[in-house]
Amino acid sequence: MSTHHIQLTVNGQVRAADVPARLLLVHLIRDNFDLTGTHIGCDTTSCGACTVLLNGKPVKACTVLAVQADGADVLTVEGLEQGGQLHPVQEGFTAKHGLQCGFCTPGMMLTAVALLRANPDPTEDEIRWGISGNLCRCTGYMNIVKAIQYAAEKLQVQEAQPA
Amino acid sequence: MIPPAFDYAAPTSLPEALALLGQNPDAKVLAGGHSLIPAMKFRMATPALLVDINRIDGLAYLREDGGWLKIGAMTREADLDGSDLVRARYPLLADTARMIADPLVRNLATIGGNLAHADPANDHPATMLAYRAQIMALGPGGERVIPIGEFFTGPFTTALQPTEILTEIRIPARQPGDGGCYLKLERKVGDYATAAVAVQVNVDAAGVCTAAGVALTNLGLTPIQCGAAEAALKGRPLDDGAIKTAARLAGEAAEPIGDYRGSEDYKRSLVRTLTTRALRTALERAKA
Ligand SMILES: Cc1cc2nc3c(=O)[nH]c(=O)nc-3n(C[C@H](O)[C@H](O)[C@H](O)COP(=O)(O)OP(=O)(O)OC[C@H]3O[C@@H](n4cnc5c(N)ncnc54)[C@H](O)[C@@H]3O)c2cc1C
Ligand code: FES
Ligand code: FES
Repeated sequence: MSTHHIQLTVNGQVRAADVPARLLLVHLIRDNFDLTGTHIGCDTTSCGACTVLLNGKPVKACTVLAVQADGADVLTVEGLEQGGQLHPVQEGFTAKHGLQCGFCTPGMMLTAVALLRANPDPTEDEIRWGISGNLCRCTGYMNIVKAIQYAAEKLQVQEAQPA
Repeated sequence: MIPPAFDYAAPTSLPEALALLGQNPDAKVLAGGHSLIPAMKFRMATPALLVDINRIDGLAYLREDGGWLKIGAMTREADLDGSDLVRARYPLLADTARMIADPLVRNLATIGGNLAHADPANDHPATMLAYRAQIMALGPGGERVIPIGEFFTGPFTTALQPTEILTEIRIPARQPGDGGCYLKLERKVGDYATAAVAVQVNVDAAGVCTAAGVALTNLGLTPIQCGAAEAALKGRPLDDGAIKTAARLAGEAAEPIGDYRGSEDYKRSLVRTLTTRALRTALERAKA
């Protein structure tokens, strides 16, 4: 099996690794880089617990090879907080009780971050459609939707304020 | 689950990719990876070499040119879904892309992979049959055109040679009076179709149907083109009577098997209902 030297940016930091071709991106992140906020749920591309942003787009890291991420920009849940400040999406999940067991939460938040970047003022339907690839077994989604609405408002206020 | 060991190469040009496929009989193309990697995890596919074509520039595009809508094989479902051109002029394609998998999968899954994989449950095959699309394949001997009607040769098998790469899909460019619609019943987001129907019609100023494509997803071992239903529509006014006849004939063309998604009778009845509704929507769109 071929081994490949790869270099990628993870949460703003350049990282390198020698990876066998069959190593999955989710294992690179969890095992090689020790970023265990990215979860493995189904391992069969169904649940979205393993969601990370790959070049800004939410994807299921259990179904991407690590070697495919060579040169890419990856954002995991650990990269959301900036300088001790929670990301507005993280704040929303806290304020609106957007989680119970928390297993789906990192993936759910990253999908929400990408959704709000593409569509800063989504309707409830657009939010539900946007998170439809991320499964939550606990919450029934009501409070996840509210958490994302909270973040949308907060981000819009931040946007409107002069820096 | 970790796939069995394999070699990996990421060529940056088509000639390089073709050479790798030519030299390695057990090689497979890696596109979005969202059918292939799961199949490898389950040991249903065990290629010795993956030829990743994601680093080849110029394989993802959508453009109208020379009477065709030309779609690069590496165009992602999310880009089809997000395209204003597709939404405005190719509603059958827009409906299809929007119903495939879920938003995360759509960020990586490609239209070329969807057709090359030829899973009878894949949604693009029926849509392309209804459109009368063409497949462009590039191999060691150059480029060739495969009419869609000759492309699907069996479950998970196509007319593509192992040494060929699907490079482009061509859909006849929208004409005045064209209208289409894809309707799919799925149990939940991300599920394959319990039943789905693709229709594409052309209606002239007098309301007469001048061309019709009707095809079915996940209702047999391959996507099914409903020739009898198409014949019943063509040359007649697209009224309730014609729609009812076509829906009955589409139901008869289906070859469903009863499974956890529903019984044979249920699926056949779904085909009739979905065909009726899809034709009505296609007609509205043709007139708009
Ligand atoms: C959870 C989930 C739900 C899904 N739901 C749906 C659904 O509802 N409807 C649906 O239609 N699909 C669905 N899919 C399948 C998805 O659309 C796949 O991505 C698609 O079938 C294959 O496209 P790909 O780009 O991922 O191809 P890959 O997985 O990379 O490749 C698939 C096969 O095609 C070959 N291949 C790919 N591209 C080329 C090319 N250019 N030339 C030659 N050979 C090529 C590969 O060698 C391989 O054999 C789902 C997938 C998942 C994981
Ligand atoms: S662990 Fe990747 S989708 Fe479930
Ligand atoms: S909070 Fe438990 S799965 Fe979502």
